[in-house]
Amino acid sequence: MTVISINRKIKDDIAPSIIKVENNVMNIPDQQDGPKAEAPKRNSILWSKPMRDVLFKTILPPLLGMALFIAGWALLAQQSENLPGPEKTWNSAVELFSDPFYDNGPNDKGIGWNLLNSLQRVGIGFGLAALIGIPLGFMIGRFAFFNGMTSPIISLLRPVSPLAWLPIGLLVFQDSQPAAIWVIFISSIWPMMINTAVGVTKIPQDYMNVARVLNLSEWKIFTRILFPAVLPYMMTGVRLSIGVAWLVIVAAEMLTGGVGIGFWVWDEWNNLNVEHIIIAIFVIGIVGLLLEKFLMLVAKRFEY
Amino acid sequence: MSKYVQVEGVKVVFETKNGNFVAIKDIDLSVQQGEFISIIGHSGCGKSTLLNLVAGLIEPTAGALFCSGREIDGPGPERAVVFQNHSLLPWLTCFGNVYLAVERVFSRKEDKASLKKRTHDALELVGLSHAAQKLPHEISGGMKQRVGIARALSMQPKVLLLDEPFGALDALTRANLQDELMRIVAASGTTSIMVTHDVDEAVLLSDRIVMMTNGPAATIGEILNVNLSRPRNRLALVENAEYTHLRSEVLKFLYERHARKAA
Repeated sequence: MTVISINRKIKDDIAPSIIKVENNVMNIPDQQDGPKAEAPKRNSILWSKPMRDVLFKTILPPLLGMALFIAGWALLAQQSENLPGPEKTWNSAVELFSDPFYDNGPNDKGIGWNLLNSLQRVGIGFGLAALIGIPLGFMIGRFAFFNGMTSPIISLLRPVSPLAWLPIGLLVFQDSQPAAIWVIFISSIWPMMINTAVGVTKIPQDYMNVARVLNLSEWKIFTRILFPAVLPYMMTGVRLSIGVAWLVIVAAEMLTGGVGIGFWVWDEWNNLNVEHIIIAIFVIGIVGLLLEKFLMLVAKRFEY
Repeated sequence: MSKYVQVEGVKVVFETKNGNFVAIKDIDLSVQQGEFISIIGHSGCGKSTLLNLVAGLIEPTAGALFCSGREIDGPGPERAVVFQNHSLLPWLTCFGNVYLAVERVFSRKEDKASLKKRTHDALELVGLSHAAQKLPHEISGGMKQRVGIARALSMQPKVLLLDEPFGALDALTRANLQDELMRIVAASGTTSIMVTHDVDEAVLLSDRIVMMTNGPAATIGEILNVNLSRPRNRLALVENAEYTHLRSEVLKFLYERHARKAA
């Protein structure tokens, strides 16, 4: 009850500022009228063509998209009784990130701890999946017999929703922590395994002919031909897998509890702290984006 | 001279969706040690099939092949192949590509320094010492093909098999590489079999030219002896009556007796 009433109070306090934000959004066209009137002058003196290209093609579109998104959000928040607007969320985020690593016992830790815990689970689950999935992928791609053996199992298990695996994990491991890691493992293993296997089958016949003419040993074929040729495919699989892992961790943690960004979202829902939920959504999105970008950078290094 | 490479009554049938396809049949050919043989014919006549048989990359449906008295039952480094599209591994440097072959053949008997020396020697033979540490995509098409030749020769093969080695190169680069190949083969005395569709190349390089009829079910039409003295000089040969005669013989075979309409 107290939580709700406090929220109400904050909402009332913030309400005028939401309207203010709205006004700002409304004002944007007015503000742009000013520069437009002087546009010819600036065009001739300051704006060279490459500068204009950069502005209109790379800077303006995302900024405009973001502005519209935030405007739409603000508008929606104004209509809704419970959805906090951008400014309220921002203020709450500033407060939240001023102390990300506080620790008030197992059920009240800073967002930094929650994030690190989730990343750790993803790291372990994903790492195990890579450790097992990638070698399996190589074997599936290299040996038709093994492919025949595994393909019905893979076809059967791959479409299963990740969370369907959770009860099995809980049953086998008798603990929520390894069960969450198990869910990450089983859902992120498929893209790595399948992409690696496809990469092996896509190796140009020329390279395999070289291997045959040189009569290379299976080990040399693997280290000198298979592995480097498959690496780009493998990295695509790794990227897809980490995306899946990061998608699944939130849902898994909601169910298993403990410390983690997914559980934190659920916790804040129970506290009716909607700002924090929205912040969590942004944080999850940003971390996912960073993971993806990081792996793209790694993958670029392996292109030949 | 001994029969070094022997092809006896070979027939190759490929299974396709539309039934069996007889690529080549009734092929009999023997190649002497140190000889340079060209196989020429229109595209689709199965000349590459014949080369792949000697390489061991495919097996004959009927008949048998022998190399220095032993039956060919698979690919091996004693029959080195220079592929048409060079087939260098793009993630290895020129040195690495050649070293892979050297290591495979000599690593049991020789130490690393000796293997490295062999690799450097092979690259030097084709004039590419300066590009040893470059990756294949950093060098020209002609240079890539030279690395391919260096890789094949570095294994000291009994037979050098060349599958249209200069087909993808421009005329000037091709002429240069033909001259180099003549010099290298003369120096090493390697038995060579080359697939080509270039009449001048065949006459310039070969001791004998194997001319194939059109497919399907292609076979050897004629074998032409090229009795031009070595070393051969392409400029001097242009004026040579025997060269002109041989050249017209091949052209007549290809365009009169076994003409093929453009596909």
